[in-house]
Amino acid sequence: MSVELLIEQLLNGLQLGMMLFLMAAGLTLIFGVMGLINLAHGSLYMVGAFACAAVATATGSFWIGLVASIAAAAAAGALMEVVVIRRLYERDHLDQVLATFALILIFSEGTRWLFGSFPLYLNIPPLLQGAVPLPGGGRYQLYRLALIGVGGGVALGLYLLISRTRLGMRIRAGESDREMIAALGVDIRTLYTVVFALGAALAGLAGAMVGALQSVQVGMGEPALILAFVVIVIGGIGSIKGALFGAILVGVVDTMGRFLLPKVLALALPPAQAGAIGAAIASMLIYIVMALILALRPRGLFSAQA
Amino acid sequence: MTRETAVNTGLALLLVAFPLAAQAMGEPFYITLATRAAILALAAVGLNVALGLGGLVSFGHAAFFGLGGYAAGILSTHAFNAEPLFLGFEGTASMPWIWLVAAVLCGLVALPIGAISLRTAGVYFIMITLAFAQMIYYFAVSWPAYGGEDGLSIFVRDTFPGVNTALPLPFFLICYALLLGGLALFWLLRGSRFGAALEGARQNPVRLAAVGIAPFGIRLTAFVVSAMVTGVAGALFADLNKFVSPSMLSWQMSGELIVLIILGGKGRLFGPVAGAMLYVLIEYVLGGITERWQFFLGLVLLMVVLFARGGLLGLLAGKARHG
Repeated sequence: MSVELLIEQLLNGLQLGMMLFLMAAGLTLIFGVMGLINLAHGSLYMVGAFACAAVATATGSFWIGLVASIAAAAAAGALMEVVVIRRLYERDHLDQVLATFALILIFSEGTRWLFGSFPLYLNIPPLLQGAVPLPGGGRYQLYRLALIGVGGGVALGLYLLISRTRLGMRIRAGESDREMIAALGVDIRTLYTVVFALGAALAGLAGAMVGALQSVQVGMGEPALILAFVVIVIGGIGSIKGALFGAILVGVVDTMGRFLLPKVLALALPPAQAGAIGAAIASMLIYIVMALILALRPRGLFSAQA
Repeated sequence: MTRETAVNTGLALLLVAFPLAAQAMGEPFYITLATRAAILALAAVGLNVALGLGGLVSFGHAAFFGLGGYAAGILSTHAFNAEPLFLGFEGTASMPWIWLVAAVLCGLVALPIGAISLRTAGVYFIMITLAFAQMIYYFAVSWPAYGGEDGLSIFVRDTFPGVNTALPLPFFLICYALLLGGLALFWLLRGSRFGAALEGARQNPVRLAAVGIAPFGIRLTAFVVSAMVTGVAGALFADLNKFVSPSMLSWQMSGELIVLIILGGKGRLFGPVAGAMLYVLIEYVLGGITERWQFFLGLVLLMVVLFARGGLLGLLAGKARHG
């Protein structure tokens, strides 16, 4: 096993983690501020990917597609919030799960209606094609590095938004006491719509960027959604810092587990068996990590609500 | 007889009258439809113990439904091929044994899952049960011995002493009898001292602890019992389709089971039965009209959650007496 391969896999893990962070940040923000569990977040990810693929095909530009994906996901999110989600804030989690589960059915089937059952494909923009040399002699895809950069940029932007701006101040105030900030004259309904649309836009951005690595198809959102749940549960629901930490942990553990476990088991077992068992355990690894963390810290590592 | 008892009796009779009529008219397809409703209802009765009585929103009950299915699939495959299972155990094609294995297996798996998950509450509980189910799902997908992603076929439906299970109507009656058994168990649990404690744990765990009952053990027991009932339903479902695949373990399946309860009416004896009958009906009627039936199912579901909170039983039999 070479060092270049190890570095490449580590970067892949980091890239997966950064995309998970974009999903998880919105999810955890929505839960932290509104107390809402949103299963349909994966549908917004899918909306972003489809918008980007459709617009990029029509205009020939990935960048216009990317802008369209953010706009489409934010608009879909705002619409979802105004029509449905708004009625669920006062309900228990069960009703929220059910209603957003219904939204998944509607979005998935609706997208299949519009775009058909065949996957769409999205090309990596020419500017980001190719690979860059790594220290140690290997080469790494430029596009994936760009994704890591975007993830880091969003993390920094969110930090500044929440800690340094007026909107961020209101979001933090809304997290700690919604009646109080409503009494102080802040329009809490609009604030909730804005937060929801912001989370949706991040999910749409993630969907569009991942869409260029995989095929864009109905059902792509749910695996990402479930991983994002694992991330925010590990990080502590409501905490952006926890989401970033959890996302990188999940991304790296998942990628490295799939890469290393079969090799480690091959030291003790015949190769064919080691491959099968290694792959089976690797696919469960992040859930095992999550169970361990929750068994020790039931509210996650960086719980915002003590 | 209260209105709810009348509605329950009506539903129970309707569910058994429908396949009998179908048999008389020579339409075995409709018997299969009723069997599907009965099995889904049994799975949801299991979930209703945790969700309805205990207020434990498990978003991972597909794990137990699927494990029950795999128990049936694996045992009958070994019996069919006359291969020993492991440690000298043989496979079996006898339903009572399969049900027993499915129930015990699900109970044993639910014990650690419940013990870890119940340390958390609320939204964490929803997500951690989901994550455990995903763990088992991915294991089934990537473990090649029993078909992996492609699933496992049961070539001949498992047997029940004295009954020809290959015919649709006898198999329906077996499933119906087990459904009634599951309902009886739910009714007994709800009326028992244990049920009262579970109800207390749902309404106010601190007060329950103050009168000297620790909520954890009560909830864990409810979770395990709930998993065992759902596991038996999974074994029946595998026998109905003569096929098991990881899709029985998928998170959509967990969602569907919750949907059945909410459509029918949460925490009520016949809620899962009403929900499963309505669900299979919607699936059949809408599926006949449009390929996009899930879109409309989503709309129906959304309307039920937003505007008709008691579900079907809430409409038919009025509000639940408590909780």
